[in-house]
Amino acid sequence: MTISFTVNGQDRSVDVDPDTPLLWVLRDELRLTGTKFGCGIAQCGACTVYLNGMTRRSCVTPISMVEGSDVTTIEGLSGPEAEAVQAAWTAIDVPQCGYCQSGQVMSATALLQQNGAPTDEDIDNAMAGNICRCATYVRIRQAIHDAAKTLEG
Amino acid sequence: MNIHTSRRGFLTGLIVAVALPQLARAEARPGYFNELPALDGDWAPNAFIRVAPDNTVTVLIKHIEFGQGPYTGLTTLVAEELDADWGQMRAAAAPADAEKYANMAFGMQGTGGSSSMANSFMQMRKAGAAARAMLVAAAAEKFGVPADQITIEKGVLKAGDQSASFGELAEAAASQTAPDDPQVKSPDQFRLIGTDLPKVDTKAKTDGQAEFSLDVYLDGMLTAVVAHPPKFGATVASVDDSAALQVAGVQKVAQIPQGVAVYADNTFAALKGRAALEIDWDDSSAETRSTDQMIDQWTAAARATGHAARDWEVEATGDVDQALSGAEMVEATYVFPYLAHTPMEPLDGVIRLGDREADVWMGSQMQTGDVGTLASTLGIQNVRLNTMLAGGSFGRRAQPDAHFAAELGEVAKAHGPGAVKLLWTREDDIQGGYYRPLTVHNIRAALDADGNITAWDHGIAAQPIFIGTPFEGMLQGGPDFSAFEGASELRYTTANHRLRWAQMESPVTTLWWRSVGHSHTGFAVECFVDELLEKAGRDPIEGRLALLGDDHPREKGVLQRVAQMADMSGDFGYGVAVVKSFDSYVAQIAEVEDRGGIPHVRRVWCAVDCGLAVNPNIVRAQMEGGIGYGLSAVLFSEITLDQGGTIRQQNWDSYPIMRIPQMPAVEVEIVQSAEPPTGVGEPGTPPIGPAVANAWRRMTGKALRRLPIVPVA
Repeated sequence: MTISFTVNGQDRSVDVDPDTPLLWVLRDELRLTGTKFGCGIAQCGACTVYLNGMTRRSCVTPISMVEGSDVTTIEGLSGPEAEAVQAAWTAIDVPQCGYCQSGQVMSATALLQQNGAPTDEDIDNAMAGNICRCATYVRIRQAIHDAAKTLEG
Repeated sequence: MNIHTSRRGFLTGLIVAVALPQLARAEARPGYFNELPALDGDWAPNAFIRVAPDNTVTVLIKHIEFGQGPYTGLTTLVAEELDADWGQMRAAAAPADAEKYANMAFGMQGTGGSSSMANSFMQMRKAGAAARAMLVAAAAEKFGVPADQITIEKGVLKAGDQSASFGELAEAAASQTAPDDPQVKSPDQFRLIGTDLPKVDTKAKTDGQAEFSLDVYLDGMLTAVVAHPPKFGATVASVDDSAALQVAGVQKVAQIPQGVAVYADNTFAALKGRAALEIDWDDSSAETRSTDQMIDQWTAAARATGHAARDWEVEATGDVDQALSGAEMVEATYVFPYLAHTPMEPLDGVIRLGDREADVWMGSQMQTGDVGTLASTLGIQNVRLNTMLAGGSFGRRAQPDAHFAAELGEVAKAHGPGAVKLLWTREDDIQGGYYRPLTVHNIRAALDADGNITAWDHGIAAQPIFIGTPFEGMLQGGPDFSAFEGASELRYTTANHRLRWAQMESPVTTLWWRSVGHSHTGFAVECFVDELLEKAGRDPIEGRLALLGDDHPREKGVLQRVAQMADMSGDFGYGVAVVKSFDSYVAQIAEVEDRGGIPHVRRVWCAVDCGLAVNPNIVRAQMEGGIGYGLSAVLFSEITLDQGGTIRQQNWDSYPIMRIPQMPAVEVEIVQSAEPPTGVGEPGTPPIGPAVANAWRRMTGKALRRLPIVPVA
């Protein structure tokens, strides 16, 4: 079955089993490997992308649902919030193994798009779906606060 | 971007999208290469360093990078001796080669025991110093001055008004003789060591460009998943693959020693095909006990001899039985569950098998054993292993039996020449064994009228980790220290001390889990001594300092430091623990709140003495992460078997781990030390559990002796 959608602003069509999760289409078909597989059941957030601007776990999103939609992955992430988040992440060396961090950056950017000055509690609520097995959580909190300050100007 | 499409020839065909090095070589920011570039006219003064004409310096890192920091730390050592500019430095994984890249602590290539910095410290500095000497000699010739008039600052060699970069001198340096015993700097000359240099791999781990084994895609590559036995020790009795082969995209099904492999054009088809397999399993050799039954048996074995496959008396001083009889005796039993490591990236790897050789990409933590196993499985000599960045490990990728390399080899052998990616799902990971052993401790102690500990009788029941693997020889016939390290050489000295290990057996496979034996001995010893101090009416910190006596200055140093750091004025519980592991010393104080009968950890103070801190920022990060990893397990994690041997947990929904709301604020201080650097990857983990449990007991009166604290219903 052919399914058409946009990824990072580019038109893409794939001919795959319609039940195929978006995650595996991005990786196996389109070779966008920044989006990671962690659990396959929407528990860890390593596969977080934006579907029509909203965060979405691509591992449980069948590609049939994506027809006509706009998908953004870490490779296409842009805008002031994304830049502030990635700069803050880099400034205090948030990542350890790094495997979950695409998903963390996607979720953190989405949070700042909604809430320019999140409290610790806001951050904990917004980021609770993203597991980091290295437990970089202390620095994730710090980096989100730092990014929010940058955006404030 | 500089694309090294020709590197080592065998990479031809690798899809370019994943083969991009992280950084153009002349970019003035430190970085790393996903794969080691070809020499390309670079100067290679030794096995660890390459200097390119564009002035970048690449350090070949013999240890796998999975977050603990060797790409940055080992590169720092070379940059220090060279007086390089940090922006010109690059890291890349060294090839698998036990002669050139052995871990000095193991005698083979591999990463573990928090040893990367400790074993590399002099080796990498000497490599840098040798290259420096050759650059200086080349500059002396070029400038026409004696070598002692040449200075190096930020990668530029100078004499008077003449100057040259490393890149400009590389060709001339190549014809210089390498010194036999290069002189390294004295610590007062350090400019980079001891500073918070930015990590080389951070940027690529923030924008999705970092390449893991999962991200390797080769032309014509199939994806394979394996149906593994649902019970430990079970084997395939029969398999009906007709439905699986009907799944669109499934190319092949093959029975291999590890189970049944399904090969498909893509991941989803492979998973769908595996789900369609009908397999009858032979359970005749399987573990059928429940973990509840095992805990009962382990508890009996921890308390008395005669309940284990073998009882080992590990240590005995004085007369414990005499000292215990008639004294005020305190006894406690601690139960620690099986734990899965669950690194974010499950086990995976890619192999391209040719007629007589194979190329492999995997997050290998023990390259020498993995290469040897691949070669013997495939019956070939030439296996070229590319060590990839790995999405965590915590011990899981360091496999004495090389079981993942063996499975990858069998998958390739059953397929024949061509490229295959083997992927374990999270369910394969959580149900796949190689757990932190289920362990029961029983401790009896006697207190005299003054509250002094006069006897300590300690029994530990656990399966071994080394025994039964190729690493067993390291034990030289002795007991498996992985079961009791941290309980042996007890630093709270008593005249009468006995340590016994009951060697238990099960088909459930075991492995080291971040901090290995210390993950349970630290808890048992630090909780028990805290109870004894409380009974004796002594302060937990002052009491420990007194018990430690004069022979443990570094334990006392971190205890005193953490006591200064902590603000214990809140209306919460406070608990302390101090554990030495992997030659590093860590003390922690936890601030714990009672939230409806469940401990919530608000803040943790941590003092660490790891000798010289090469990169203090990485040391702090490893303490933060070690605390999170340890706390996650203590609070939530256990693997259980139901009656009959079925594993109850499947994924992170039933094997919960810590998320950001449960993460305490953490403050870390590093005790200044002139001692050589020791490990930081594991030592942050052991103290947090007992610090939290001690806080809880002092607050609620309830001792926590069965982990996890918050079992899943």
